[in-house]
Formats: sequence, C-alpha cells, structure tokens
Amino acid sequence: MEHFAVWVAAFLTLGIVSFLYKDNPWYKLSEAIFVGISAGYWFVVLFWDNIYGKFWNGIFPEELIDSAGNVVTREPDYWLLVGAVLGTLMLLRLIPKIGWISRWPLAFIIGCTSGLYLINYFSSNMMRQVEATIMPLVGHWVLDPATSQNAFSAFSGADIFSNLVLVIGTFTGLVYFYFSKEHRGAFGGTAKVGIFFIMITFGASFGYTVMSRMSLLIGRADFLLFDWLGLVR
Amino acid sequence: MKRQIPLFITFFVGTLLIFSVFIPPMETLGENFTLFFDIIAVFAFFLGAGNLVRVHVSKLRKRKADWGFSIVTLIGFGFMLFVGLLKIGNPGGIAADVTAPGSWFQEMFNYVINPLQSTMYALLAFFVASASYRAFRAKNREATILLMAAFVILLGRTPLGMMLTAWIPDSLSIFQIPNMAVWIMNSFNLAGQRAILIGISLGVVAMSLRLILGVERTYLGGDDSG
Repeated sequence: MEHFAVWVAAFLTLGIVSFLYKDNPWYKLSEAIFVGISAGYWFVVLFWDNIYGKFWNGIFPEELIDSAGNVVTREPDYWLLVGAVLGTLMLLRLIPKIGWISRWPLAFIIGCTSGLYLINYFSSNMMRQVEATIMPLVGHWVLDPATSQNAFSAFSGADIFSNLVLVIGTFTGLVYFYFSKEHRGAFGGTAKVGIFFIMITFGASFGYTVMSRMSLLIGRADFLLFDWLGLVR
Repeated sequence: MKRQIPLFITFFVGTLLIFSVFIPPMETLGENFTLFFDIIAVFAFFLGAGNLVRVHVSKLRKRKADWGFSIVTLIGFGFMLFVGLLKIGNPGGIAADVTAPGSWFQEMFNYVINPLQSTMYALLAFFVASASYRAFRAKNREATILLMAAFVILLGRTPLGMMLTAWIPDSLSIFQIPNMAVWIMNSFNLAGQRAILIGISLGVVAMSLRLILGVERTYLGGDDSG
C-alpha cells in the first residue's frame, strides 16, 4: 500500500513540476486534485477541532477521570451558543431577502479583531520595539561584586557600531515611512538613509525566501531520487 | 438599521475588548471571544465549501473549458469529507482522532496534500530565479544594495560561503561570508525590520480605531440590499 502511495505522490509531484514546460493537462489534473483534497481536508479538520472539539464538547462536556481515579464533571459553557448563533447568521447570506443579517457576525469578527489587534500590536510590536531601540550605545553600568558598587563597562568598538546602526536604521526607516511631509531637505536626506536600511532588509528577506524555496526543491528531488526511484542511497 | 446594528456591534465588541485589558475580571473575555471567532470561522468555511461546489457544478453543467477537472475536484472534496467526517479507514474508529497516524485521512495528507503543496512552493524557486535575474541587474543604487545583501545572505547560509572565505584569518573573521551574513541579519536587517514593524503597528492601531469608531465602513459592502 505504501509503495502505491509513493507512486501517487511521485505522479503528482511530477505533474506540478511539468508546469515548468507549459500549462498542460497533467498539471491541471494535479492542481484539481490539490484544490479538492485540501479544501476537504481543512473543512474536516476545522469541523472536528472547532465544532466538535470546542463547541459540542463545551456544551455537552464529557466526564473525565483524574489521576486519583475520581470522576470530574465540567459545567457546560452555554456562552458558546452565542458563537453558534452568530455562525448560523453568517449562513443567512444564502437567502437574499435577509442576507443583510449576515453582516452581524462579520461585524463581530471585525470588532473582535480590531479590539485584540489594537492592544496586541500596540504593546507587543510597537512599544517593545521602541523600548528595545532606546538602549545604551557605548556601555552600561554593571554591579561590581568586589566593591558592591556600580561600575561603567564600555562595549567593544564593533558592538558600539552595531548599536549605532540599529538606532540610526530604525529612526531613518521610520522617517522614510512618514508620508505626511514631503521628502525634501534634511528630512528627505534622512529618508534616503532609511531606504538604504530597508533595501538591506528586503535583500535579506529575499535571500531567506530563495533559501527556503531551494530547500523545498531539494526535498522534492530527494523524494523522487531516494523514496521513489531508489537511485540515491 | 441594516448598517447601524453592525456598526454598533463592531463598536461594542471592539471597545469591550480594549477595556477588558484594563479590568482584570474581564481579562478572559478575549479568550471567549476568540472561541466564538473560531466557531464562526467554521460556518464561514461552510459558505466557502458551498461556493467551491457551486462553482464547479456550474462549470460542469455549462460544459465550460476544462470541465473534466471540476469532476476531479468535486470527487476529491467529497472523498475527503466522506473519509474525514465518518472516519472511514481510521484504525481507532469513530472515537479516534481524525488525523491519527495510519488513517486514510492522514495518509491523504502525507501522500497527496504534502507533496503537492511542497512542490508548488518548490516550483517558486524557478520563478524566483527568473525574477531575481531581472531585479538583480543593479540598475540603481537601491537595487545594488538589495542585490549585495541578498547575495551575502544566500552565500552565508551555504557551505560555499564558508569555503570561499575560509582563508581569512580569525582576527578578520567578520569578513568571512557566514559571519557577515549574521552581522547583516543582526544589525542592518534588524533595524529595517524594526522600522517596518513599528510602521505596521501604527497602521494597525489607526485602522482598528477607524473600524471601532465607524469611520471605516467598507466591510459592510456597498448597498443595503444584503
């Protein structure tokens, strides 16, 4: 059975690779299989995880047995019905006359996402990043255990340079993203330095993306040569 | 009415979640709402799956170009629903986890979805190579900087990078390509990433406020007919 499955996987892998030649029926077949199978897969996973795992088990909790052998009963969480009602309202989109009601669950999702993201992005991404950038550049105070007094410890030249790069890069990058003022004069010059840092970031991200795609390609070649054909041992 | 209620729901839920951060007894509200969110997502997926079936059945009925592949998609989708929802071919039966090792459902993931998905992404390596040829012709200063950074990172993450610069003495080890790659990642790249992250965060905060206060209403659609 496993042998057959490996052949199926190889057939589909080569079907996708055949797109490099041109769009062809083999590729289209592999693509159609991928769309159908993966849509079904995620539908089933979401059903068992969310509808059964979270909703059904929340409303009708199963009795559990703890390590001491006692039966532990959980209280049903009827609040979950709110989620189910909102979800059902979402399906009203299929009835044109009352389809506008499907905006309510959408509004709930939008409100929920906005409220959560506003706080999370503000605290985790923005404040923490700003905090990490406002740092000692040339050295810091360290408690000397011998004298029990704080002593100044200078960073190495390379560390000072890296810290300066970090602070200047973050500041100038932010200036570049400020579009409410025309990028001219000293402001424009600062923004140009910002572009320099952002281009390096894009270059690094690009390099990483290429590497990850290459490793996937090597993985597929490895599958074809090792698992399927058995040429490489 | 058709627009005011959704606007009120967005305002109420958004404001409640913001206040819940400052009021300890309300801290779990975010978790509860996320749970509702997960349940609603499944119903949205019902709509998506229904749409997938509708589009392909319509293509089939009208005998549009490549209608034969729609049959394949529908069979694949139906087969996964049948095998997954009824847990057919699952060694542990209906009580077992749907993704239990050895189940037909999981085998379909291992031998169909996984190879197809990774090959799709792997294929991008070729298109990236062609795109990078066009982008990397160093037409201006910015493109040259991008090219150099990408080149150093690419070489620095492969054994070739080490081989090329292994002769550089330890006192100048910063000029060895792998070390340069690490240094670029930890200083120049980090600075740029930070600027981008702070910029994105400011954007998200502004957009969230616009949504909660009802300034941004595009998610409600253009008309009131539904």
